Amino acid sequence: MAEMNLVNAINDALRLEMRQDPKVVLLGEDVGKLGGVFRVTDGLYKEFGGERVIDTPLSETGIIGTAIGMALYGMRPVPEIQFADFIYPAFDQIVNEAAKYRYRSGGEFCVPMVIRTPYGGGIKGGHYHSQSPEALFIHTPGLKVVCPSNPYDAKGLLTRAIRDNDPVIFFEPKRVYRALRMEVPEESYEIPIGKASVVKTGRHLTCLAWGAMLFEALAAAEEVAEEGLEVELIDLRTLWPLDLETICQSVEKTGRLVVVHEAPRSCGFGAELVALVNEHCFLHLEAPPRRVTGLDTPFPYTLENEYLPLQHRIAPAFRETARF
Amino acid sequence: MTYAPPLHTGPASDLSFGQEEGVVWVIGKDGSTRGEHDPRLDSALALSIYKAMMRTRLIDQQLERLQRQGRIGFHVGALGEEAAIVASAAALRPQDWIFPCYREIGALLWRDFPLRTYVDNMFGNAEDVVRGRQMPDHYVSRKLHYASVSSPIGTQITHAVGMGWAARLQKEACAAATYFGDGATSSNDFHAGLNFAGVFKAPVLFLCRNNRWAISIPVEHQSASATIADKGRAYGVTSVRCDGNDALAVYSVTKAALERALQGDGPTLIELLTYRLGGHSTSDDPKIYRSVDELAKHQAGDPLLRMRSYLERRGLWSNKEEEEYQREVEEELRACVRAAEEVEKPSLQDLTTDVYEERPWHLDLQTEELEMGQRPRDPHR
Repeated sequence: MAEMNLVNAINDALRLEMRQDPKVVLLGEDVGKLGGVFRVTDGLYKEFGGERVIDTPLSETGIIGTAIGMALYGMRPVPEIQFADFIYPAFDQIVNEAAKYRYRSGGEFCVPMVIRTPYGGGIKGGHYHSQSPEALFIHTPGLKVVCPSNPYDAKGLLTRAIRDNDPVIFFEPKRVYRALRMEVPEESYEIPIGKASVVKTGRHLTCLAWGAMLFEALAAAEEVAEEGLEVELIDLRTLWPLDLETICQSVEKTGRLVVVHEAPRSCGFGAELVALVNEHCFLHLEAPPRRVTGLDTPFPYTLENEYLPLQHRIAPAFRETARF
Repeated sequence: MTYAPPLHTGPASDLSFGQEEGVVWVIGKDGSTRGEHDPRLDSALALSIYKAMMRTRLIDQQLERLQRQGRIGFHVGALGEEAAIVASAAALRPQDWIFPCYREIGALLWRDFPLRTYVDNMFGNAEDVVRGRQMPDHYVSRKLHYASVSSPIGTQITHAVGMGWAARLQKEACAAATYFGDGATSSNDFHAGLNFAGVFKAPVLFLCRNNRWAISIPVEHQSASATIADKGRAYGVTSVRCDGNDALAVYSVTKAALERALQGDGPTLIELLTYRLGGHSTSDDPKIYRSVDELAKHQAGDPLLRMRSYLERRGLWSNKEEEEYQREVEEELRACVRAAEEVEKPSLQDLTTDVYEERPWHLDLQTEELEMGQRPRDPHR
């Protein structure tokens, strides 16, 4: 075991996969000599050279389009989009090409590619360094969407994602990058895609969260625990394909649901989660499912902590849902 | 009625683009060849190229008729661009990859893709390689190193760059060729692809069929750049202009670009000057936006006439062979159409497989719902 933060754990997963599979290559803006603007790929250029840790020109569609071409040739590219806010120039390549390639080629081709991208607010990044666009990709058939909250999960999920034969969007909560350290195995290991994790068990209410908001939900759960309200907190880890089974098991026990996410509320992933719980667990529900989310506005600079669904907004939602 | 060009009524009366300065051409008006670019093809190869061009033309004309009869939903053809497509494909080796736009069935048939499989795709039936999931003319063949066709413009260009680049990283002597039209040179991926290929010296051939029209937009309105080759040069990519109606010139220029790519000298952009003699697709009516005079001028520069005059001068071809081969292709195609039309539709399972490597629970559920429900009444069948 070694103590790692999220940056170390992701770096470690990349390094180990690159060592064991020469077909794994990294590409993106500033990922090489600099080691990425968040230093996630630090040291990899030195170990593997510029042909496997590739500094590219500044074009997201170029990065993803060429990564798709490499994947079609049998490589396992791991492109980085420097901020999730900058992924849109590559949207066509992701949605119309990577996501559809297996289907539209009758299964003759696949695109084993992991797009790593830091997402989310809380770093004073304003509109363009704070967004959480996960719902756009969940809404695109053919993509897998993963969002770990902690170093242990990040290493295991990234390892699995790189070995996966489908395109994966790997959202990294940049606010968590250096916020916590934990024991992580030094050797390589996989965490399956499509499996949620019950972070805290409880009898009264189910809370679904992922990425950086997991910790806010956890703090809120601890706050209300002092009042005797037991929250069962589920870290989705993989957003799509969804682990509906774990969610339903919990909601059938608690009868109450709160979903927390940073992205704007309307048509956010929370809407789908609530719909699924309504469809599958309706007779177990004792209260209307509730969403605590970002606002339906562009992400703000100065008042970002007012925008975000932090502990101070989650705890009251827990109380109200429990009391309903 | 859309225009169906006459098949070989006389010698080429126009060199179309050959007289522009700096444009490579080989076959003269009388079928003679000139200059350093003559690839001096042996008679078998020269004949194969011509026959493949002619076959593509005949298939296009027949598919258009089938669409007008309501038997297939759509067709996007290559009338007038047969030399640009077939002769460039002929200059590549089987191991080189092709990243097509949607007009290059001629390149895939050159690689011996079964005509029947193509026709199955036109019908979107159960034997279609893509299981009826895409529109007609969106086929694929991994075995023949031919990537999947998508409709968005230019997106395949960066894929070709990625693949060529991957081949170079893997130290494999293989190049990637990508086809696109003049309209695609305005797309994001054209610029990204040229730029990346220039920077990384990727072994890529950018084959731009400048057919002068992107649906209704003429090339002059597509870009203020004097030539498309200029755009390549701006990215540090060696760029050549070639008479795309001259099969020998196309062959030569493509061959040279392939050699450069394989020697590690990087990418080449080839601007193939040609003309879209038909509509953009069966859904288009070019009479609305271009003149009969313009069309007539380019009909005279038909690449089939050009190549035929060369073959006749060499004593390799005559009306007799022409008629025999035409009959042969028409018969072959008729048989394929008859058979493909009888094949059933894809299954419901085909709707929900291949979205992921393994079908996830939510698609199992949706498949079950479909299978338990009613089937729609199909107005097309």
